Amino acid sequence: MTDTNTLADTPNSTAADAIETTPNVWQAKKAEYKKIMLNGLWQNNQAMVALLGLCPLLAVSNNAVNGLGLGLATLAVLLVSNTLVSLIRSHVSDEIRIPVYIAIIATAVTMIDLLMNAYFHTLHGILGIFIPLIVTNCAILGRAEAYASKNSVDKAIVDGFFMGLGFLVVLVLLGALREIIGSGTLFDQAHLMFGETARNWTITFSDDYQGVLLAILPPGAFIGLGLLIAAKNYIDQKKAAKLQNDLGIKIAIK
Amino acid sequence: MNPASMPIPPSSPYAHNDQTVRKVMLQVQLAAMPALLMHIYLFGFGIVVQWLLAVVTYLIVEYSMLKLRGRPVIPFLTDLSALITVTGLVFCIPPTAPWWVVVTGSAFALIFGKHIYGGLGYNPFNPAMLGYAFLIISFPVQMTTWIMPSEINGHYLGFMDAIEVIFTGALTSADFDMLTGATPLNEMRIGIAQGVTVAETLAPIAGHTSQTHYWLGLNSWAWINIAFLVGGIYLLYKRTIRWQFPVGFLGSLFLMAWIFHGYNPEMYPPASFVLLSGGTMLAAFFIITDPVSASTTPVGRFIYACGIGVLVYVIRSWGTFPDGLAFAILLMNIAVPLIDQYTQPRVFGHKR
Repeated sequence: MTDTNTLADTPNSTAADAIETTPNVWQAKKAEYKKIMLNGLWQNNQAMVALLGLCPLLAVSNNAVNGLGLGLATLAVLLVSNTLVSLIRSHVSDEIRIPVYIAIIATAVTMIDLLMNAYFHTLHGILGIFIPLIVTNCAILGRAEAYASKNSVDKAIVDGFFMGLGFLVVLVLLGALREIIGSGTLFDQAHLMFGETARNWTITFSDDYQGVLLAILPPGAFIGLGLLIAAKNYIDQKKAAKLQNDLGIKIAIK
Repeated sequence: MNPASMPIPPSSPYAHNDQTVRKVMLQVQLAAMPALLMHIYLFGFGIVVQWLLAVVTYLIVEYSMLKLRGRPVIPFLTDLSALITVTGLVFCIPPTAPWWVVVTGSAFALIFGKHIYGGLGYNPFNPAMLGYAFLIISFPVQMTTWIMPSEINGHYLGFMDAIEVIFTGALTSADFDMLTGATPLNEMRIGIAQGVTVAETLAPIAGHTSQTHYWLGLNSWAWINIAFLVGGIYLLYKRTIRWQFPVGFLGSLFLMAWIFHGYNPEMYPPASFVLLSGGTMLAAFFIITDPVSASTTPVGRFIYACGIGVLVYVIRSWGTFPDGLAFAILLMNIAVPLIDQYTQPRVFGHKR
């Protein structure tokens, strides 16, 4: 499913690059970007559909701020790696492409790692090993291999951004869900990311709420992600059930 | 003769055991009665309030889940299997635990233990034990605050008292904290950790969990276990449960306790204590016998039960939880498909 969506974009990309001034071409480009956006955020969401990058997703999503931190780091890495991979796509031979991509990703991750260590030191400590581990996040290599290496730079950047955003949204959503159920708060420890002004951003729902410890522990991550995927599939099914063909007969093709 | 008017011969199977899910569940519920009455007599009415809360939860959860799944409500609601699930769970949680403990536990057991997998018959794990595991991990404090029997704390918990404690967490007629204490299993664990010998922990001292003035010198927890044993024997007699489960479980648990007690009587409690404490008898006759999550072959049932017995002893003696029943059962539930595969009985007429 991943590849059919992305491969379909390839043929007309060179033509679109040639003439960009005509409004008609711009329209076509916009439609294309929109498709990439939908693909990244919903149809081919890396966390909920492709189920890539689950290790960091499950491990650090025990509160919303941790999720946001790792999500932003992943988003940044994805943007950098997609851009670079797309730029060098015609200069890398097929045989050594994976090591080259990994080297690029690792460089980006090292940058982000050092930057986070410098500016969000405590958050960096909490996320710990999972920041260097972004290198092995299959979602990033997956996008480099399946999309960036076959498409023009502009599209690769848009793809990297929305794929990363889709991953980030799921991370924050799962983190928020687990935090609300597990400890009855939201955006606790936001000051680790947004500075001292964010110290009182914590939303406490009820003072005598007894946190469900299970939600914060690893099983909570699996159950939470399972429920999110179920919710997404439910919405998709509802949508598919509503689709009708020209004769007014309901069709059930996704 | 007109073919339509011919008498239709009865089709196979020709042997029936005349059982339905509802009948079995009612029998199990009936067999739990002695233990329930004993519980009320010894520990007060807390369990009744908990049970009523659990039943209300079960009705609401079952109804909404069946509606969501698009299944007929009445036949599945009235097969009473969920009633047994919540009854099993209620016996495992402290009778004075706050109301939301039993409500979330029952809801979790039914939704994540059963409906997520496709309803009764498809669940790999025992729902009641899954609910218990959820509770002991999520609310360790509430789940380990046990009320003492009235013979020790001197206050019999009436129905209104129980409602007050469960919904407000406090009691006007007595200091609630004075009524709670460590269960014998916990007492034993703490004692061994502090270097107190088993014999000293078990010696009857006034105001202590070991104190008793009942028949045979057995404490209240032992009597609850005996009540479960009575109900269990009724189930065995009715052939609702297979003998492999209690025999395998109690046998292996006894053997483990006997070997280790013989090896070091100061560190390991005697078999009589192990068999009559915690939820041993409840598990032996009511929990591990669950036909859905247990092994289905005769030899497999025995292996399954023995595995649980060994694991219970291991978790009780060297684990971090005072009673390891839930985890032992869930672990063996996982092993069931494998056990079943390797213990297929020989088909009649096939080679030995």
